[in-house]
Amino acid sequence: MERASASLWRRINERYNLVGNKCENCGRIYFPKRIVCRQCGRKTKMTETKLSGNGKVYAVTKIRVPAQAFKDSAPYTVAVVELEEGPRVEGHVVDAGNGEVKIGTKVHSVFRKMHADGEEGLIYYHFKFEPV
Amino acid sequence: MRDVAVIGAGLTRFGERWEHGLRELIAEAGMQAIMDANIESKDIQIVYGSTMASGRFVGQEHLAALLADQMGFKNVPAVRVENACASGGSAVRQGYIAVASGMYDIAVIGGVEKMTDVTTAEATTALGGAGDQEWELAQGITFPGLYALIANRHMHEYKTTEEQMASVAVKNHRNAIKNKYAQFHKEITIDEVLKSKIVSDPLKVLDCSPISDGAAVIVLAPLESAKKYNDTPIKIAASAQASDTLALADRDSLTELKATRLAGRDAYAKARLKPTDINVAEVHDCFTIAEILAMEDLDFYGKGKAAKAIEDGETEINGKISINTSGGLKGCGHPVGATGVKQIAEIVTQLRGEAGERQVAGAEVGLTHNVGGSGATAVVHILNRVN
Amino acid sequence: MAGIVGYGAHVPRYRIKVEEIAKVWDEDAKSIKNGLNITEKSVPSHDEDAATIATEAGRRAVHHAGIDPKEIGAIYVGSESHPYAVKPTATVVSQAIGAGNNLTAADLEFACKAGTAGLQMLMGMTDSGMIKYGMSIGSDTSQGRPGDALEYTASAGGAAFIVGKEKKEVIAEILATASYTSDTPDFWRREGAMYPSHGGRFTGEPAYFKHIISATKLLFEKTGLKPEDFAFAVFHQPNGKFPLVVSKKLGFAEHQVQDGLLTPKIGNTYSGASMLGLAAVLDKAKPGDKILVTSFGSGAGSDSFAIEAKEPIIEKRERLAKVEDIINKNKIYVDYSVYLKNRNSIVKN
Repeated sequence: MERASASLWRRINERYNLVGNKCENCGRIYFPKRIVCRQCGRKTKMTETKLSGNGKVYAVTKIRVPAQAFKDSAPYTVAVVELEEGPRVEGHVVDAGNGEVKIGTKVHSVFRKMHADGEEGLIYYHFKFEPV
Repeated sequence: MRDVAVIGAGLTRFGERWEHGLRELIAEAGMQAIMDANIESKDIQIVYGSTMASGRFVGQEHLAALLADQMGFKNVPAVRVENACASGGSAVRQGYIAVASGMYDIAVIGGVEKMTDVTTAEATTALGGAGDQEWELAQGITFPGLYALIANRHMHEYKTTEEQMASVAVKNHRNAIKNKYAQFHKEITIDEVLKSKIVSDPLKVLDCSPISDGAAVIVLAPLESAKKYNDTPIKIAASAQASDTLALADRDSLTELKATRLAGRDAYAKARLKPTDINVAEVHDCFTIAEILAMEDLDFYGKGKAAKAIEDGETEINGKISINTSGGLKGCGHPVGATGVKQIAEIVTQLRGEAGERQVAGAEVGLTHNVGGSGATAVVHILNRVN
Repeated sequence: MAGIVGYGAHVPRYRIKVEEIAKVWDEDAKSIKNGLNITEKSVPSHDEDAATIATEAGRRAVHHAGIDPKEIGAIYVGSESHPYAVKPTATVVSQAIGAGNNLTAADLEFACKAGTAGLQMLMGMTDSGMIKYGMSIGSDTSQGRPGDALEYTASAGGAAFIVGKEKKEVIAEILATASYTSDTPDFWRREGAMYPSHGGRFTGEPAYFKHIISATKLLFEKTGLKPEDFAFAVFHQPNGKFPLVVSKKLGFAEHQVQDGLLTPKIGNTYSGASMLGLAAVLDKAKPGDKILVTSFGSGAGSDSFAIEAKEPIIEKRERLAKVEDIINKNKIYVDYSVYLKNRNSIVKN
């Protein structure tokens, strides 16, 4: 998945630091960021907010047949994580060891490599989750 | 708005069609459809072509003109409709709108996908584009991965079992044996499903629809003139569609496809019918869990009740309601852009009473349900025989 | 006067035991364990590199310091395993710790001592008033050629230190620093080469020992301090033996060295090694305790520091993720084949 540098760069704050946004009109927090609030439409009033990265697993699976760019890291565990601030996000769960990752498992975010574009391309860093 | 009928349908055999490319597939199905409709190529006024990812699978964009040309419809307006795995159903709906509005009299909808020219990993990546590229695919969250998350949650909330999911695959393979167009003609057992290779747990290979080549074409005309072409035109009683968030995590519930729920209820209202009026349905079983969701979200069963009903055989051919008589996506195959069109073709065959060994006795009303992505698009059509 | 206002450490969870590596090469694990004074080493996960380790350590340092990361004016990341040959690790880290954009940043490389070189740079910058806070990190996912003696020790980990000079914030003042540097080819890795090469026993006397001893003695001369003035002494630790030997030669007792000696349990974290050792003793130091730290980088040079713990070290300790906990909690042992997979050392093409 060789992508232009800009497509990586413009998401850095979200992908490194879980920066989402909050609609001041209704209080709803979004991750990833949205321009338009799903509740408020034209009354949307967004401000950026950094999420703690603490949450619990809402749904989980271990992917064994990967997408092309992830051939070297399969199998990997991915989950829908419900963050303590409200939004649910999808992400990898790493370093569980022999511990089972299941619905309800408490996790917090860590900073990891997502994948690299071959031997010469860019390295993509991203938040992932790790059991607490 | 005027009533619209399906006057012809054509299919290719679905499966690994090594010897045939995109253009041969669409031509084969197109020819069958115009023969079935008893029309001439020059009668065609507009073509809606559907593929999900021909650019990714075979490097070909600008599909609709190619399809129209290869089917032999010279110089007609041709438009590609892309809505991920719901491309076919969405294209049918566009054709329906075109004819219902009075703007066109004869519309052809051709769906096709040529998927076997790429490796499994590349196909997995292409299909992953049906989800949220930046927040799902970019993290390596594949399409089976998304449905596996849904299945994990459904098992948690409703105690759905892997055996119950497997029973969907077993049923659909059994139906496919009776369909000459189906990719698989092989009965499978619950045990074989459970022991097949894990793709993304709890989903195993035999819980997943296959990678397939194939095409499906239907012809639409105003109901009022349909009899001119065909003795048994099938009326489109309702066409409904809804959307939802592209990313799975953004949904309020992971165990209900809200787009299906809304499109289904809209379709029942438009057709003035109830779920219990449906005799036969082709629902979107890209994964076994998806058929369970569909049975619930289309209001055939209450939430958490469908899995057991399927396991108990209520949805077998001539059961309480006959589901995926063609074999569904699982048994018949899932050439993505063709699937939604093929579903219409199967229901037309059933309502005409031409389904042979898999015929549902006395089928009067049928439903098709086509889903895009992990539920971001759902298209529902209700069809009935005109007596 | 410049001092440490916060610090953080990170060591990957994976471990491989000496026995597991020795088994592959049919070597005697017991004699290796004795010879190198090491029992196991840390192994990075396939998705960890010098940048992710530096970031985890840097985030913990910001949390410990209790400062707004946007007030950091300089970030230096010392490593000999920077993920890119060209494109700084320091910019990844600065974004990922939320340091904003109004800062200077650079990657440093001086084998295992680039992180302490960064500390010296920050001392000058804070003392001069050029910046309010600066961060220096030593972080590595070092590579040992399979079958080479280094394979038993080359590991992964890192530590980040924030330097400032506000008295009420400084948990440990840096009293003085002295360095000793010479062109000594004991260990190197050419551009593009996957594994480093080394001069075998030449890495000992003329390299490690000569530089550490010279820098430390220079520091003693400069400050008038003696070994017995220090509560703790931390030396670069390429294995578990060398620091014990060098400390003895310098006149330190074993109890002064023990708390900062981490290599027996996690291996040689290269740029992280002496800095993780310093972090581990700061976890325990009382106000007034003096700490000696002398790093060593092949090629070669040593930076020696005299550091004194100050009062704020006590209250800031509440926010601290202790090195001991980071090292001991949730270890995951891997066998040699998983180790190779994690290191991307299995040839697939």
